[in-house]
This record gives sequence, structure tokens and C-alpha cells, in this order.
Amino acid sequence: MSAADGMRETVRDLEKSRFFSGNFLIAVVLLVIAAILPFFFDALGSELDTMVWATAYVVFALGLNIVVGFAGLLDLGYVAFYAVGAYAIGYFASDHFNKVNGGKGIHIGASSFAADQGIHLNFILILVIAMSMAALAGLVIGLPTLRLRGDYIAIVTLAFGEIAQNVAQNGDHISISGYKLSAGQQAISPIDEPNLPIYGVFNSALNLQPYYYLGLALVVLTLLVSFALRESRIGRAWIAVREDEVAASSMGVPLVRTKMLAYGIGAAIGGAAGAFLGAYNQAINSNQFPFSFSILVLAMIILGGLGSIWGTVLGAVILAFVDRYLLDKVRDVPHDVFNLDFSTAEINFGIFGFILVLLMVARPEGLLPERRRKMELTEGVGTDESLFEARA
Amino acid sequence: MLRDYLSRYGLIALLAAGPVLFAIHDLAVDGNLVRLGNNLVAGFSNGAIWALVALGYTLVYGIVELINFAHGEVFMIGSFVSFGLLNQLGLGLTSAPLGLVGGLLVCLLASMLVSGSLNVMIERVAYRPLRNAPKLAPLITAVGFSFILQSVGQLWLGGSQVGVPDLLRGQQQLFNVWGVHVDRADALALGLTIPLVALLSTFITQSRLGKAMRATAQDPEAARLMGINVDTTISLTFLLGGLLAGAGGLIYALYQTNVWFFQGFRAGLFAFTAAVMGGIGNIRGAVLGGFIIGIIQQLADNRVRIGGLGGGEWTSVIVFGYLILIMTLRPQGLLGEETREAG
Repeated sequence: MSAADGMRETVRDLEKSRFFSGNFLIAVVLLVIAAILPFFFDALGSELDTMVWATAYVVFALGLNIVVGFAGLLDLGYVAFYAVGAYAIGYFASDHFNKVNGGKGIHIGASSFAADQGIHLNFILILVIAMSMAALAGLVIGLPTLRLRGDYIAIVTLAFGEIAQNVAQNGDHISISGYKLSAGQQAISPIDEPNLPIYGVFNSALNLQPYYYLGLALVVLTLLVSFALRESRIGRAWIAVREDEVAASSMGVPLVRTKMLAYGIGAAIGGAAGAFLGAYNQAINSNQFPFSFSILVLAMIILGGLGSIWGTVLGAVILAFVDRYLLDKVRDVPHDVFNLDFSTAEINFGIFGFILVLLMVARPEGLLPERRRKMELTEGVGTDESLFEARA
Repeated sequence: MLRDYLSRYGLIALLAAGPVLFAIHDLAVDGNLVRLGNNLVAGFSNGAIWALVALGYTLVYGIVELINFAHGEVFMIGSFVSFGLLNQLGLGLTSAPLGLVGGLLVCLLASMLVSGSLNVMIERVAYRPLRNAPKLAPLITAVGFSFILQSVGQLWLGGSQVGVPDLLRGQQQLFNVWGVHVDRADALALGLTIPLVALLSTFITQSRLGKAMRATAQDPEAARLMGINVDTTISLTFLLGGLLAGAGGLIYALYQTNVWFFQGFRAGLFAFTAAVMGGIGNIRGAVLGGFIIGIIQQLADNRVRIGGLGGGEWTSVIVFGYLILIMTLRPQGLLGEETREAG
């Protein structure tokens, strides 16, 4: 057998394995495009800033997609995990705990520009901490929703999201052994810039590219996790629970564990993205966690096609572009073009809402619907019943 | 066993805990219950507004199983219409009583009609085309419309709170019982809400259209087979919800003496909480839930201080904390839900 035959054999094996089929080529092409894209833009420009945000949004959306898309648990309080992740980096990469170690602080692999006081850990360590804290929060939020039907899950998670924001806002009045829980509407700032092994210390004042590539790395990791999970035993269990909870349970799918895993993993991914955005924003304040953030991320996955991984990526990129770039660019259109004396900055939300309504009415199943879900919808199984309810 | 017990009595204990604690506190400190009594009266008045908004959520959810996220904003637009019309009519603190009452009635009708037709329009544009779409699609258009309406409000009256003249001299006392005073604003809130709820309830239980609504809520397919025009019935439901929200909007403007574009967000969340708490789809439940939320909110606004921070800063945490506990203990709400599943 020649070397070429052996090669062909390997490729055929790869093609056969479900993990790589089809997706692999698209993924490589997209990744190459994404990797060279920053070279076309200014290293400090708003385009690159939008792209950094887009990577964060893709990670958030992929995390939420696991909860809502895979497992069918409608979560309207996803912002809580952004908050947990952001405060994790706020605590462990700033001078927030300024009296620890007798005012000398604790430094583990942190940037050499970090202040003396406070706890300063390496970004990768913080990522792990943020994910664990968020996963724990996810389990706490998931627990009371276990017995609930779809819309009620939505409301309970929404309530948790609002509580998280409110606690963050009032946290500057709560002290635990001398330290405030948060800085409220003031910010915990500055946050240390990440210090990564090969690259060194980031500097957002000079160049945003390192943040973009860090974000992209997180996106790739999350994508791999998403694909692996979808094809795994637990992924099939999620889909079974989504389609029919009672049937899944009677086939031996452990409902509690399955649902809790969805909440935990989705939350951990949100926590990671939150820590990343916290580092990028250089400040953590309570205004960063409004209800509209949860809706924005949810809109991304619904726009893309619920449960569809590539759809989620597409939806997140589009809405990141609208939210961070387009709305900003059209700000002066009413004034310059129509000679009106207002800027669209005041009605950003309205424009965003209008776009949401248009997109949904035009294509309610999402831009790249998942094949399986499309089947569920068109076969007429349970057409007048919700996809998201336990049929008790 | 334990769960049944908790579900039945734990909830009542939970709801009573706040008032009882404050009652003990008042008895110990003041020697009477006047403070608590005043809180309760104000809570009922607040709750009347939440009840009117909650009815819109519960009616709509009962019939199309959709959380109408734009409903809070419909309520906000109702407030704005009344405020705008008050100014147009030139009603002020010096207006003659008869003119004032007439003018307010005009405002009430106008805000109800605008909110009602707005709600019908939203259903027509954003929900009806998606009736056979995945269930989350209309939820997103609902959120989209709520954003649009918030922007409309912001362009209309700006980004900050706008004061409404205290036309009724709302703080003026009407009568008092053992020191607990009922003010004119309380009379307005309860005096408008109770007849409206009674009218709604009569309409739904007695009229032909109400019967059609109930039939559609139970089973839209069967209702259609029986010759009921389901689309019209759904529009009617949205109209009723909007009318009540408009009335709530006027009461809110006069009661709080300020309006702003963001008022609908919190109102929407609180009212939906009320609807869920009472049992979604259940009209009496929505009213009961509204009053309970009103009282919880009033106590949280006035009495709760955590970390030296009071004055309503913790109200959302407390109201939503209650929501989570109630959902955990009794998902079907206090009076039980009346939706398709419940039959």
C-alpha cells in the first residue's frame, strides 16, 4: 500500500467519524478567515473592538445554546453568569482585596504592571475560577427550576438574573470581613491585563489584537466542546429531554443530572466569557449586567436557529455587529441626512427591537436551523404543544 | 408528603412572614399597628395597578400561551397618553373640580383606547404571523416590540422622569380608622380598579364573546370547529388586556405623580410575577397576586434596610426572591392555573 493510499484511508476515516463530517472543512476555512481578518483593520479601531466583542458574544451564545438549544431549558437570566465571571476577575485581578497579606498582596503569575495590593492571579487561573464559580451559580439557579415547565423556567431564571444585577448594584453596601461585595455603580478598576505564557502581557492601549486572538481561542475551544457534547451520550440525553421529558425519563435518562449538567456547563462557559470581557473592559460595574444582555444573547441563538451550533455563531456575529458597530455608525444619519435634531443613540434599543421583529417575522426558524429541529417542527409532532414543556 | 405540606402551608407562612414580623416590630416599638396598617393600605393601592397590568398578562397567556413582554410598555404608553392629554386639556392644580373629573374621564378613555389598540396592533404585526412558528420566536418579537416602545417613550418625553401635577391632591386624607389613613390617591386606585375588574369578570363569564374567549383558551382547534372566529377572539383578548393596562397607566401617573419611559419594564416584571403567583390564566389569581406583590413591594420599599441601604433599593431582590420561592413550592400559583394543560 502506497503512502497516498494510507493518506486516503486516514481521510476516509476522518470523514466517517461524525465529529469531523462536513463541519471540519467549514471550520478550517472560517478559522483561517477569522485569523487573518484583524490585519485589515486598525489595531485600535472600532472594527477590531467590535470583533473582540463578537468573540465574547459567540462564546456567550454557544454557552446559552447548550442550555436553551440542546436541553430546551429557556434561560432568561444568562447575564448572571456574565456577572459572576466578571466579578471573579474583578476580585482576583485587581486591588479589590487591598489588605490581604499585610497590604503586600498576593501575586501568582500576574502581569508585572499589576498593583502591589490585592490579589493578582494569572488569567488562565482566573478563567478556571470564573468557570467554577459560574458553574456553581448555574447549579443553584437550576435547582429550583427542575420541576417547572418551560415558561416558568424562563421566569425563575429571569428573576435570578435581576437579583444578580441588583445585588451587584447594592453590593457596595455589603461588607464581608472588611471587603465590599462589589463596587456598585462605581467600578472595580483597573483590572490587570492578561499575562499569557508565550505572548506576555497584553496592552489594550497599544494593540487590541491579542484580545481578539484570545477571544478567538476561547471560541474555538467552546466550539469543540459544543460539537463534542452534541455527539456525546449526554448530548443525546439533552435532546431526548428536550423532545419528551417523560419518554426520556422512562428510557433511563436521569432527568436531574441531565438538566443540572446543562445548566452547569452553560453557566461555566458564560463565566469564562464574562471573565474575558471583564479583562477587556478593564472595569467591572453593576451597569454592565442589565436584563437586555440576557435577551441579546438569547436573540443571537434564536436568530441563528435554536440548537444549531453554526447558526448560533452566525447569529452572535450578526448581532454583535449590529449592537457594537452598526448602531454606532448610523448615529448621525438622522441629523446629517434628514436634518433632524436627534441622534439614533437615543433609540438604539428601538432600532435593535425593530431588527429583531423583522428578522423573526421573516425567518422564525432562524437563519441556519438545525436539521433535527426542523424535522420536529415540520413533522407536526406536538404542533400545538410547546417544545419546551414537560408533558406530565 | 413533606412537599405537599410545604406546598399548601409553607406558601401561606411565607407570604404572612413579612407582615407578621413587621407587626411584632411595630407593637414592640410603637405599641400599635398604625405603621403597618398604612403600609398595607398603600400596598393595596399599588397592588391595584399591578393587578390591572397582571390581568393583561394572564388573559394573553391563557389564550395564546405567550409571555407578552411588550405589555409593560403598553402600560407605559398608557401613562404617557394620559400625561400628554392632561397637558393638552390644560388640566392643572387650579382646575374646577367638575372640569377636572370630566377631563380625567376623557384621559382615562383615551389612554385605555390607545393602549388597547396598540396591544391589538402588536398582536397583529408581531405575534399572529408567528403563530405556527417555534414557540420562542414570538417571545423575541415581543421583546423587540418592548424595546421599540421604550424608544418611542424616550423620544416622546426624554430619558428622565417627568413630574405629573398632583391633580387629585393625592396625599390628602379622606378618612382614617384608628390612625390608618386612606388618601384620595388610594381611593382613585381602588375605586377604578375594582369596577374594572368586576366588569371584566362579568364580560368573560356572562357574554357570548367571553364564552368564545374561554373556549379558545381551552382548545383553539375545537373552538374553531364550533364556529368561533379564533383570530378575532385573540384580538379581543389583546384589546381587553390593553384597555386595562391603559387604565393602570392613568392611575400610575396620578398616583406616583411621575412618568418615565422605563416605568414599564419594572411594572411588567412585577405584574407578570403577580400573574404567575396567582396562577397564570386565572383572573382572580392575577388580582390576588397583584395585591400581594403591591404589599410586598410597599413593605420592601419602606421597611427593609440591608447594609444601611433602604428606600426600595432591595425591592427587586425581595419581590423576585418571593417569586422563586413560590415557584419552587407551588409552581401552579396560589389559585391554580387555568391554561390548556390544566384543561
